[in-house]
Amino acid sequence: MSNQDVDVAVIGGGPAGLAAAVSAKEHGAKHVVILDRNSWLGGILPQCIHDGFGVEETGESMTGPEYAEKYISMAQQQNIGVMNETMVLHFDKKREIIAVNKKGIHKIKAKTIVLAMGCREKTRWSAMIPGDRPSGIFTAGVAQSFINLYNIMPGKNVVILGSGDVGLIIARRLKFEGANVLGVIEILPYASGLPRNVVQCLDDYDIPLFLNHTVTSIEGRERLERIAIAQVNKNMNPISGTERQIKCDTLLLSLGLIPENELLKNADIKIDEITGGPVVDQNLETTLGGVFACGNCLQVYDTVDMLSIDAKRAGKNAAKYNKSKKLKTSIKLIAGKGVRYVVPQKIDVAGTVHITLRSEKPQEKSILWIIENDKIILRKKLRFVNPANMVKLVIEIPPEVVKSGHKLEVIIDDKR
Amino acid sequence: MTKDKEITCIVCPIGCKILVDLDGKQIKNLEGNKCKQGIDYAINEALDPRRMLTSSILVIGGNWPLVSIKSSQPVPRDKVFQVLKEIKKIKVKAPIKLGQIILTNIANTNINIIATKSIEKL
Repeated sequence: MSNQDVDVAVIGGGPAGLAAAVSAKEHGAKHVVILDRNSWLGGILPQCIHDGFGVEETGESMTGPEYAEKYISMAQQQNIGVMNETMVLHFDKKREIIAVNKKGIHKIKAKTIVLAMGCREKTRWSAMIPGDRPSGIFTAGVAQSFINLYNIMPGKNVVILGSGDVGLIIARRLKFEGANVLGVIEILPYASGLPRNVVQCLDDYDIPLFLNHTVTSIEGRERLERIAIAQVNKNMNPISGTERQIKCDTLLLSLGLIPENELLKNADIKIDEITGGPVVDQNLETTLGGVFACGNCLQVYDTVDMLSIDAKRAGKNAAKYNKSKKLKTSIKLIAGKGVRYVVPQKIDVAGTVHITLRSEKPQEKSILWIIENDKIILRKKLRFVNPANMVKLVIEIPPEVVKSGHKLEVIIDDKR
Repeated sequence: MTKDKEITCIVCPIGCKILVDLDGKQIKNLEGNKCKQGIDYAINEALDPRRMLTSSILVIGGNWPLVSIKSSQPVPRDKVFQVLKEIKKIKVKAPIKLGQIILTNIANTNINIIATKSIEKL
């Protein structure tokens, strides 16, 4: 077993891990190491060959692989240690990491840890689609990696379930590679992805979008032979008599993402049941001191730009971590009416706090309130809130609010 | 002859449906946009729609079988499949550097095809 001591250990070498590691180094951490399961850095970015990355962050539109290489070269220039093809098995309250790779088992003692494990795709079993279990059913991201990294076509006649951006982008990609894309099925009355992708990935190539529809059965012995789709009612239950069959050999699932936090169970870190990520404070520190979280394992982000900006803060705070400075009191930040979730979930130092949240439902005009008992901390007009678009705020929290120990409630109200 | 075209605006997440009344190459009327930015978008989209094109090209002797690529400029929408056809004809030898020009003036568009990934030689 090899032993090493590091200042900051970053678990996961995707965009969040890279941004956090680079930022930790820039803020004085001497020995920073990234641990990643893959043989490459950048996580999912190299398979996201479409463009549009980096616009918010840098003003320049890049493709996924270009965005990844930008951060990878920064990490190389700063001599950040990288352990590829390395799986973290465990870490504990003393921030001792156990990892394994071809060379054996490694024990890494870290002053601070940054969690950047990313997320996983929901599968057929998340949507409870009944029927046979033939081959030909893939998650959209897996199909994307087949096509864009390994030069393997997942099938010829393809149906896509879920109209999130990944589903839309993969529809166009399949069309480019000569597949027959029979349609995109969406249970909601509107597409979940950006209008830009509906236009440029579906409309441009006459790919039909079936709104208020879902897949009700899967048939096939060895390979997928056909699926059935049906219209759904307001409660998203299939309406009998609307069922119809589609012959296809491939079904791709774009059903959403789940933060990957298996590792946290051993370390006894508290998870927010709504975000699926750890509960954090304004510094993105989890409930275990010296352990920070960022990227899609904290909350599933809309864009890599916003993800990287937050991940840099996690890296900076990990580098500057000093446990003696921590106050005992902390106040809760909770999601009230009209708000699905808010990150951070707690605040223990007065001053500037970066908040991200999602609304419960789409609204064209609304007001966001942050309230302590009856006192208004913030009132802000919002235009066009949508659960699919994260809301980002920067607020000043006065010292007396933190000292009060009262919870802060975040509300989105439709009355103006 | 006049012709109506419905265009979904992509400038912001609202996605206004803009109705463009076209008379040949002249815009006669435009409605449905909630902001001014929508006007420019709808005019371009009605008269000369263009798309950034990203795909991949086969690699010989590299650490990956494919190199991801992009067009240097947005490609006229009606030339997208012509460009893709040209791309499928070729193979590139590793090593490849990010930013390397793989093809020039593809399908007579004056647009180049550029590598968006570095590939190492095996």
